[in-house]
Amino acid sequence: MSLLITGGRIIDPANRVDTVADIYISEGKVAAIGDQASTFQAKQTIDATGLIICPGFVDLFFYIPEPGYEQKGTVESETKAAAAGGVTSLCCPPATSPVIDSTSIATSIQKLASQSGYSRIWPIAAMTMGLKGAQLSEMATLKKAGCIGVTNMRYPFDNTRVLLRCLEYAASQDMTAFLQSIDLFLEQEGCVHNGPFSTRLGLPGIPETAETVALARDLLLVEQTGVRAHFSQLSTARSVDMIADAQARGLKITADASIHHLLSTDECIKNFNCLYHIQPPLRDKTDRERLREGISEGVLTAISSQHQPHETAAKMAPFAETAPGISGVETLLPLALELVDNGVFGLSTMIARLTCGPADAADINAGNIGIGQRADICIFDPKERWLLSAETLHSKGKNTPYLNTMLKGRVRYTLVEGRRVFQS
Amino acid sequence: MCEESPVALEEVNALQEIIFKKLTAYLQIKAIDNPIVIGIHTGGVWLAKKLHAQLSQKGIVSEPLGTLDISFYRDDFTRVGLNPKVKPSDFPVPTEGRHVVLVDDVLMSGRTIRAAMNVLFEYGRPASITLVTLLDLNAAELPIKADITGQQLNLERNQRVKLTGPENLKLTIKTITTQAS
Amino acid sequence: MGLAAIKDSSNIQLTDNGQLRHFLSIEGLPKALLTEILDTADSFISMEQQSVKKVPLLRGKTVVNLFFESSTRTRTTFELAAKRLSADVLNLNISTSATSKGETLLDTLKNLEAMASDMFVVRHSQSGAAHFIAEKVTPNIAIINAGDGRHAHPTQAMLDTLTVRRHKGDFKQLSVAIVGDILHSRVARSLIQAFTTLGVPDLRLIAPNTLLPVNVDALGLRVFNRMADGLKDVDVVIMLRLQYERMQTALLPSQHEFYQLYGLTRDKLKYAKPDAIVMHPGPINRGVEISSDVADGKQSVILDQVSNGIAVRMAVMSMTMGGQMTQQSDSLKRLGDEP
Repeated sequence: MSLLITGGRIIDPANRVDTVADIYISEGKVAAIGDQASTFQAKQTIDATGLIICPGFVDLFFYIPEPGYEQKGTVESETKAAAAGGVTSLCCPPATSPVIDSTSIATSIQKLASQSGYSRIWPIAAMTMGLKGAQLSEMATLKKAGCIGVTNMRYPFDNTRVLLRCLEYAASQDMTAFLQSIDLFLEQEGCVHNGPFSTRLGLPGIPETAETVALARDLLLVEQTGVRAHFSQLSTARSVDMIADAQARGLKITADASIHHLLSTDECIKNFNCLYHIQPPLRDKTDRERLREGISEGVLTAISSQHQPHETAAKMAPFAETAPGISGVETLLPLALELVDNGVFGLSTMIARLTCGPADAADINAGNIGIGQRADICIFDPKERWLLSAETLHSKGKNTPYLNTMLKGRVRYTLVEGRRVFQS
Repeated sequence: MCEESPVALEEVNALQEIIFKKLTAYLQIKAIDNPIVIGIHTGGVWLAKKLHAQLSQKGIVSEPLGTLDISFYRDDFTRVGLNPKVKPSDFPVPTEGRHVVLVDDVLMSGRTIRAAMNVLFEYGRPASITLVTLLDLNAAELPIKADITGQQLNLERNQRVKLTGPENLKLTIKTITTQAS
Repeated sequence: MGLAAIKDSSNIQLTDNGQLRHFLSIEGLPKALLTEILDTADSFISMEQQSVKKVPLLRGKTVVNLFFESSTRTRTTFELAAKRLSADVLNLNISTSATSKGETLLDTLKNLEAMASDMFVVRHSQSGAAHFIAEKVTPNIAIINAGDGRHAHPTQAMLDTLTVRRHKGDFKQLSVAIVGDILHSRVARSLIQAFTTLGVPDLRLIAPNTLLPVNVDALGLRVFNRMADGLKDVDVVIMLRLQYERMQTALLPSQHEFYQLYGLTRDKLKYAKPDAIVMHPGPINRGVEISSDVADGKQSVILDQVSNGIAVRMAVMSMTMGGQMTQQSDSLKRLGDEP
């Protein structure tokens, strides 16, 4: 099946492309770009005048609740939502039930994804069996089954030695460690940033040190073991400094921030608005500014959606009893464009942080649309204003603070292997 | 907007004289012995003070003056809110089985009197209640009449009358012109 | 704390014309409204002298005491207050386990709604519970917050400020110290907001650092670790209750040391002005926060706080019911206006 996309502005940072040109897609791959493309006869055409064409987004942290939590969403509903958000490759953490610590789970999730036919899932396996922090998982076997890395998420290890062994083993199996640095004792029962708003609302706060103390430890262990490491969803200014220092010392580490930590601060929870209840918590303005600098400078090379759908009941309780998480993949693009409007970075850098940046961090073949690459493409209108409503929100989880608000910037088409998987 | 406009109105002093005379005659005809005088805050209390003094002097009443606040018994508190400066009702003598002379400044809709009677009945069962008002505006919305009144007065829809005090009691009629919304 | 009033939370507590329709927190309420609550409470206190203490303001209304955290004292004062307003009172003690989910709370409320209640008085162990209920329950049920987690205890703050006003008069000259476990105290948070709004110029907190929340020194509050410094020349000393579990969770070494450093004894009280008043929201732990001779001494107004509590709750209940009824009749009027 062949497809010609005409008149759009192609921005592909991986290949240093930023030009208005045609793209010709054939047999699921990018066959030609520019003058050459126009010479082909295509079965279908998309007129992309005034639109941006870029690689489909690569999301490093996207919760898939199936198996185990299907009331929150399924592989089908959430990959469909991802496609609506312009995401063609997503990395799901092992937050399923049972967790992704066996080939059968890893395989079935990927199979469900390909059957649904929307975005592609690259699973991240559990670092320890059952995420219990005691016994190493079968990392090599899981890698063979398609897992692109390992993580213990925010679950505790029995002790630091177990963490060390996990990183050593992952290094020897050439598996990337995805680390969410958290000291659970310092976090205690906190649910918001420890600051003036937690004080005023009487909600238990999480100090910065809950992240930075653990990050310091994790960086040293990464250095000791030489494992490829990616630090997920940093939330404090100090964390960005620490990553920058480590990179300056020569450590091959990457890091990301979630779109929400780049946009919002702890002020958002001020009326007990539990739709902003996430982990790690939204912190203050100085943290947000430093995270933005980190993203702009390239200390952090990826922006994740941290998409986490929930059923309605999970958010219908007093704040501390609600489940953390925002159903965010469909607002990823408009919010990222808001950062462009605020002067945090330019359009090309934004696209890099959503495509080649995360793809390199995860070491997967995605996030670029050079000749011969899979035609995983996002075509969007950076100016279109649209209403995010229960009808236009495809995720099963309606837990987003942006519901019933006007957004600027909309995905118009998403292609996976040249097939249209979303159209607005 | 309020304007003062001259309407024929007797001076308060003159009205008080009329009331005193009528009341003493009324009490005699009705064979009401040693009633308790109770004034309704705020204007009724001002009037009741002088009336009580006059009646005491003549030996018609021997008990001290009582005062009554209807704020908690209004039927419209949800619209106008509670008046925070409520003064407590004060009955120095129990009213159970006694004749009561209830004094207020202006009888308009009758709701203040209805509330005042509710207050009275919370504290006991009076033998009778004689209502004395300085003015009767002929505007009752309930079946309540003054037994003794100084002057009947018919006002226009947009007029209000107010008693000012506590010294040099004076009645003023105001015209309210409201902006059309 | 005490940062600029948040407009959104006041929207939920107030009708369009600024009347109270829920009483969830001191935050967002203007000074004039707090003063009106105090004045109204004063008038209910003056009713205490009368032989008939009941008024018909809430006659025919049903008030439900929803206590998810048990408290006999607070519940009985609310019950007394409601009955003095001639309301019908229903007491529900719902004990919740630590893992109780919001759905149960919501279902409980929906069942009660079906029974045509007019007002819920809610106490819950989670911060924000009263706000959650006011937002999710139908808007024409008045919600009174009787304490939610660490967040707020607004009726306590009002009865404390009333007690202060009745003993000391104008707030603008006062120096007030709050002592003890500020971190976990909803009373402290509401008091700080109330005193700040009412214009107390010198407000102090005295506690060890482990019992102080972060960023509490914003906006004119002074923080002290020593009683000798913090109590110097104050007019009002408010002692907070210390819970035993603070020793379990590594916040304090022992009750003994706490009493040595922060317990209000006659000697420590000497740092304050000679006519300073001593307050405590209760129940008091003798020999932990306060010595018996101070608690029972002539400067203590703790018993006044208790009796003022009924009048304050009567004031808040009648004002919020009034606001709710105004809101409903206004919306009925608006409905009538439509073609």
